[in-house]
Amino acid sequence: MTGSPGGELFAYLLRLGDDALITAQRLGEWSARAPEMEQDIALSNIALDQLGAARLFLTYAGEVEGAGRDEDALAYLRQDFEFRNAQLVELSDTDFGTAIAKLLCLAAFQHPLYEALSSSADQRIAGIAAKAVKESAYHLDHATLWTVRLGDGTAESHRRMADALDEVWPYTFELFESDRVARHVAAARIGVDPSSLRDGWLDTVTGVLRQATLDLPVTEWRPTGGRAGRHTEALGYLLAEMQVLHRAHPGATW
Amino acid sequence: MAAGELWEVFVRPRRGLAHTHVGSLHAPDAEMALRNARDVYTRRQEGVSIWVIPAGAITASSPDEKDAFFDPAADKVYRHPTFYDVPEGAGHL
Repeated sequence: MTGSPGGELFAYLLRLGDDALITAQRLGEWSARAPEMEQDIALSNIALDQLGAARLFLTYAGEVEGAGRDEDALAYLRQDFEFRNAQLVELSDTDFGTAIAKLLCLAAFQHPLYEALSSSADQRIAGIAAKAVKESAYHLDHATLWTVRLGDGTAESHRRMADALDEVWPYTFELFESDRVARHVAAARIGVDPSSLRDGWLDTVTGVLRQATLDLPVTEWRPTGGRAGRHTEALGYLLAEMQVLHRAHPGATW
Repeated sequence: MAAGELWEVFVRPRRGLAHTHVGSLHAPDAEMALRNARDVYTRRQEGVSIWVIPAGAITASSPDEKDAFFDPAADKVYRHPTFYDVPEGAGHL
């Protein structure tokens, strides 16, 4: 697939779309379960933003692939090893702190990414990114405010926020990995080599953690593989829930 | 996580119109109250500006004072500008 013309673009669009789609599904789990009603709505709003971006990226991916797959076919009828999201976004949210830690790390990545992509030489990508960049600015703002309040809150909230960061931190390195696809889309000026975003990301996150009286996690462990279709156990369960309706009732709408 | 204080939310639907009370919500502080208000009350483009005010900061008239507060206005018909002709083209009066 990636050897064919447009193969790199298709692979790149899947990464963008799958990061957003899997994030949306995970955040959607907080509907009716967040610590307070206001957060319920806030996380669901963010989930819907992510879903909106995912639909646009996956629709475009299907067109680029030219094999007749639409957004539904790509979202609901792929197996876990065919997904190209970073492992960070598929991790289970063990508590509200984990959800916020993941959102902070992701939004601090997606925001400058979409900003750069909004001047992509590919008009479709530029258009999607121009819409998503405003949304991701809000996601980053929301995650920042909560990280500060939990980190600099009570002893219990500080402990749980620190635990959550330790848990997700190893998975953040994968976001910035460069490979053939990334270098190809960057050279063609249609995409961004994520390794160029790492320094800015670290500045953003470090600033938030300092404000939140949290230490930067230290780890040597850097799990990876999501961009090549290797995932954690968590993704299988997530997909089972996300795909069951479509697989049981193909083409179901409401 | 404590639900936090109660805040009253006011939204201005368009430039030129006044902020209108739309409801209340819980938040730990003013900044979060503003974000929560954005998420809860402006999801469908209801507004261009939001105010949040701690519910405790509002001084309200008491139902016991209703008679003294409001009844005296009942027979002051001359306070209504009903004796004027409204010029053509003047809206919102």
